[in-house]
Amino acid sequence: MKPLIHQAPVMLRVARKEVHSRDFASLYFDHSLDFQPGQFVMVWIPGIDEKPYTISYHKKKRFGITIEAKGIFSKKAIGLKPGDLMGFRGPFGNGFTPMPSPDIAIVAGGCGMAPLAPLVEILDKHIFFIQGARSKEFILYPDRFEIKRQICTDDGSLGHRGFVTELLEQEIETRKKDEKRPFEMVYACGPEIMMHRIFMICEDNKIPCQVSLERYMRCGFGVCGACVCGEQVVCKDGPVFESKILRTMADFNTIALLKSGKPVDLAQYFSWRCQS
Amino acid sequence: MINFLGKTLKNPLVLASGVLGNNSGILKRVHRNGCGLVTMKSIGPSPRDGHKNPTVIDLGHGMINAVGLPSPGYLHMEEEWKDLEKRDFPLIASVYGGSVQEYQDVAGFVSGKKPDCIEINISCPNSEQHGMIFGVNEKSSFDVVSAVKKVINVPLIAKLTPQAPDIACIAKACEDAGADAICAINTAGPGMVIDIEARMPVLAFQKGGLSGPMIHPIAVRCVYDIYRAVSIPIIGLGGVTTGKDAVEMIMAGASLVGIGSAVRYRGIDVFQEVNNELEAWLQDHDVTMEEIRGAAHGTISAPNNGSAQ
Repeated sequence: MKPLIHQAPVMLRVARKEVHSRDFASLYFDHSLDFQPGQFVMVWIPGIDEKPYTISYHKKKRFGITIEAKGIFSKKAIGLKPGDLMGFRGPFGNGFTPMPSPDIAIVAGGCGMAPLAPLVEILDKHIFFIQGARSKEFILYPDRFEIKRQICTDDGSLGHRGFVTELLEQEIETRKKDEKRPFEMVYACGPEIMMHRIFMICEDNKIPCQVSLERYMRCGFGVCGACVCGEQVVCKDGPVFESKILRTMADFNTIALLKSGKPVDLAQYFSWRCQS
Repeated sequence: MINFLGKTLKNPLVLASGVLGNNSGILKRVHRNGCGLVTMKSIGPSPRDGHKNPTVIDLGHGMINAVGLPSPGYLHMEEEWKDLEKRDFPLIASVYGGSVQEYQDVAGFVSGKKPDCIEINISCPNSEQHGMIFGVNEKSSFDVVSAVKKVINVPLIAKLTPQAPDIACIAKACEDAGADAICAINTAGPGMVIDIEARMPVLAFQKGGLSGPMIHPIAVRCVYDIYRAVSIPIIGLGGVTTGKDAVEMIMAGASLVGIGSAVRYRGIDVFQEVNNELEAWLQDHDVTMEEIRGAAHGTISAPNNGSAQ
């Protein structure tokens, strides 16, 4: 039997708060976690709710989560101050498998940057790193990394105007033309439609990829079934899935369950998630 | 192979209701990973979200949960039924209601979708209006079972709660009302966990049902009592995590053995593993499952010799 890490929530005080922009902030906690990039914690605000958050910052004795103010919980969370209490269970799930190679692409869309940030920090300094967002002010952690970034925004307010997937395709083609080594792995997180497009691009080019999925969760450890996606349990088998599994996941980029368990298309799912 | 209510099962293990069973894909995987009979998450009369999180907490020696019976509602599950129609595994559909009429409405409709059995949940502690309030009383248990029995044409399993003052009497009432099998037990308690830093109950619903290894002795006692009171088969569950736990359940009188919380501790492979351990134990002791069923009752044991009262 695997050792259990956290069972009932561990209450921690906010050690530091970093406001990134109007809608984004990171909260830091002084606590050691045995952690793999891409894993998540269940975060409890007593009296409000409990939600899964990826760990966006990880050092020996401090970790952080990044919050986008969207619904009731996240608006409450973003209003917390140093000294305020939050409960944590986890870390849960399977994260990214880091590969020690420069021939790696990281593709982050919007707040999908959060789970990839601790991964970027442990990978080779010469990886190909694409980050996209709606506009300039939604580019998370603008000053955090030493690695060069290819930025793109939907409105062109910073970097390339267009989609992260266009930059990825261009680079794959350039590498072919210049007879450079192809990518050995693409790590991606962002809107599911973006991740699905990246998966398809990778399939066409025979590149393995790992993407991080999101579904409504309850237990966090693979028992309650709230987050099932096809035959996979997102909280336990994922949230990071590799190409081999993605190929078999009928519900990837198509179906997600509402809180009631009702399967709906992703547009309906995400419009509900953004309010809850 | 095992015969249970006229169905052939590859082994005696059952996926407990409320665990994983949210879509046909995962039910199929659980079956493939060594589970003889899988149970869908309980289906209710109308769309219901269940409780706010936190809803499920692991306590190490078991779990506490108040998920709160989320369900799309029986009239809103066309996609699932379509997927399940093509299934190649045996399936229990679990149903609940807030009145005898609702149990009848849901079960009658679900019966038309041809699950292999229907389990009526008269035992969930996590709603004030559904489930357990029916299963703690002989008359209301009898009324629900007999009403549902009239409107379904698949075998009926009554899932019971250890909160009943005398679970054997409830089981007998269900048998008298026409139940084809008993499933025991649902979660125990309800219990409560208070976070002392937050100074409030951890579960949003405050209290919740206990499951896993910490309730196994309660489950064994319940199955033992029920076995003495009824002659219909029993699905014994509650904290079964290993093959030896399964042997214990069978010796208490269970025909099939359910697994739920152990998925937390041993993953989905728990079904194959427990089945292998059970078979190895039987082989080591040179006995069959039939030979050890009810063995803990000794010579005075005999089903059908009245209630344990």
